Amino acid sequence: MGNTRESMKEVAVDIVNLTKCYGDFTALSDVSLDIRDNEFFTLLGPSGCGKTTLLRTVAGFENVTEGAILLYGEDIANLPPNKRPVNTVFQQYALFPHMDVMQNVLFGLLRLGQDAASARARVGEVLEMVQLGGFAHRLPGQLSGGQQQRVALARALAPNPKVLLLDEPLSALDLKLRQAVRLELQQLQRDTGITFIFVTHDQEEALTMSDRIAVIAEGRVQQVGTARDIYEAPINKFVADFIGETNLIMVQVLGLADGNATCLLPGGGKCTCPAAQGAIAGEGHISVRPERVGFAEPDAGVMSGQVARLVYLGTDMHVDVTLVDGETITVRTQNSTGSYIPPVGENVGLTFEQGAARLLVD
Amino acid sequence: MARNNDMRWFPGFSVTTLLCLFLLYAPLIIVAVYSFNDSKSITNWGGFSLRWYADVFWGVEAPRFRAAAINSFIIAISAAITSTIIATMAATAMLRAGRFRGKTFSFALINLPLMVPEIVTAVASLIFFSAIGFTTGILTILIAHIVFCIPFAYLPIAARMQGIDDLYEQAAMDLYATRLQTFRLILLPLMAPGIISGFLLAFIISLDDFIITNFVKGAGIETLPTAIFGSVKQGIKPNIMAISTLLLAVSVVFVTLSWLVGRIGQKQQQTATNGGE
Ligand SMILES: Nc1ncnc2c1ncn2[C@@H]1O[C@H](COP(=O)(O)OP(=O)(O)OP(=O)(O)O)[C@@H](O)[C@H]1O
Ligand SMILES: [Mg+2]
Repeated sequence: MGNTRESMKEVAVDIVNLTKCYGDFTALSDVSLDIRDNEFFTLLGPSGCGKTTLLRTVAGFENVTEGAILLYGEDIANLPPNKRPVNTVFQQYALFPHMDVMQNVLFGLLRLGQDAASARARVGEVLEMVQLGGFAHRLPGQLSGGQQQRVALARALAPNPKVLLLDEPLSALDLKLRQAVRLELQQLQRDTGITFIFVTHDQEEALTMSDRIAVIAEGRVQQVGTARDIYEAPINKFVADFIGETNLIMVQVLGLADGNATCLLPGGGKCTCPAAQGAIAGEGHISVRPERVGFAEPDAGVMSGQVARLVYLGTDMHVDVTLVDGETITVRTQNSTGSYIPPVGENVGLTFEQGAARLLVD
Repeated sequence: MARNNDMRWFPGFSVTTLLCLFLLYAPLIIVAVYSFNDSKSITNWGGFSLRWYADVFWGVEAPRFRAAAINSFIIAISAAITSTIIATMAATAMLRAGRFRGKTFSFALINLPLMVPEIVTAVASLIFFSAIGFTTGILTILIAHIVFCIPFAYLPIAARMQGIDDLYEQAAMDLYATRLQTFRLILLPLMAPGIISGFLLAFIISLDDFIITNFVKGAGIETLPTAIFGSVKQGIKPNIMAISTLLLAVSVVFVTLSWLVGRIGQKQQQTATNGGE
């Protein structure tokens, strides 16, 4: 939210009205982002939304159809990849199979013209950083997936790039390893101070690691913000639905004033809630997270319905409530002794916590 | 179920196979066996001996064979080196330069010598050389050999290159390598098995060629195949069998090497891609 400290910082990568077409297919459409110095910035979106394409245009593997990419103020759109002070950790790692770990990590340093002795010292340092000190003379084929991922990271970090691009670097790892590497990666970013642009389709990964997140769908940026912004104040239906679980309820917007909306809920109840910027009167949707809906006596809440299903989730319980108009609302309650869980078939009223509901841009 | 569809169970399959194998290999085996015959006759077995091999190296025809062998090896090595370089550049252009106009046409052009009957190429080459006033000799043989060796060198090189993901080259470029460095440090080493395989194949194709060589060689110059043919015209003597067997042995060694190198390359490629997943 009002992130004054962050917004003071210099812009590292400025993407201005970028459009990328493959033939007559538009992979990216009018993307504008400013990624700040020393930031852990994540591109989050479903498969095929254009995350890799965006990363590849920054790296220089794809030319842009329209728009500009500035790196610390300098237009790099026409520079070939080897002239950009940007390194990539590829999704498939792309370690050179005929070179051992040492040679792989040395590669960038030698191309930059570093002398062999200091380059080797740097390789040692970087390999220590990713905890692969003893593996310098292994070939990539002799390493596990997690180790290869570290080598790819070391190789990209060694030349000390201004910006590091990471394309789903954790997707090939198993769950446990992934969780461990997440923390390490975050720590590494803090320690090195390098700007990270991190691509993922895993919302949990995005929420836990990033300073800011850009949610992308169908080649367009939907919303940019901190994890909290995006989870608690989603701007539209796509973002609300993609990040976490939510109830999308169709409403009539009766009035909009001072960023608040008065909405007519199904069944005749009314609620006043914050409205996303750009929301309009008329027909619309509000988003309410399941954990922020509570139970009340029938007819005492803002809506009422009948319990249709209970789903046991360990610490939590999902209660599906069918409203009179047939829509289903999911309520998430804790499975503790104090909490009330109505049985199937019970008529219940539903209440929203303060600030739980939010009117979205459709 | 699988057994019913198996080719081996088609009626007459085994008979046909045996007949083909017999026609293919029986003459070779007979030549190889009779090259060790102690008798001057080429049909009666007179005991084991190496006299015809000695005759090849030290007999009356030895100087002729030696000169022809030297020519053959000089031509085969030069033609193989040159055609491998050309084929490597062609493969790089065809597979790494993206789309360009006339790509399909270029591909057809490279592989055309495989389709054109050799006798036609031979006659055409001869007409071409005399039309431009080139004196036939070792140089005309070399030029003709380079041309028809290119597709043989190209095929294994292109096959290998097709299997190399261009991600490695992108990674190299990302790590500040120029195009030339990327080619030299990444693509070339990864392609090496294909290049070696292509070189060996081109070498053996050149070494064994008779028809085109015979047309463009001019007077006084012989390669091994034309020298052997020259001797055969004066009647088949057992020393011909010995020298043929030697040539056969060289061919077998080179083709086997080419195949082995190709296989090593394939294995390497597999571990590389498996490792990357
Ligand atoms: N070279 C290309 N030619 C044509 N279309 C392409 C090309 N590369 C990507 N696309 C298309 O552009 C869209 C975005 O692709 P991209 O690889 O950027 O997706 P992504 O967000 O990285 O997806 P994933 O999470 O599956 O990796 C896809 O619809 C894809 O089919
Ligand atoms: Mg991708």
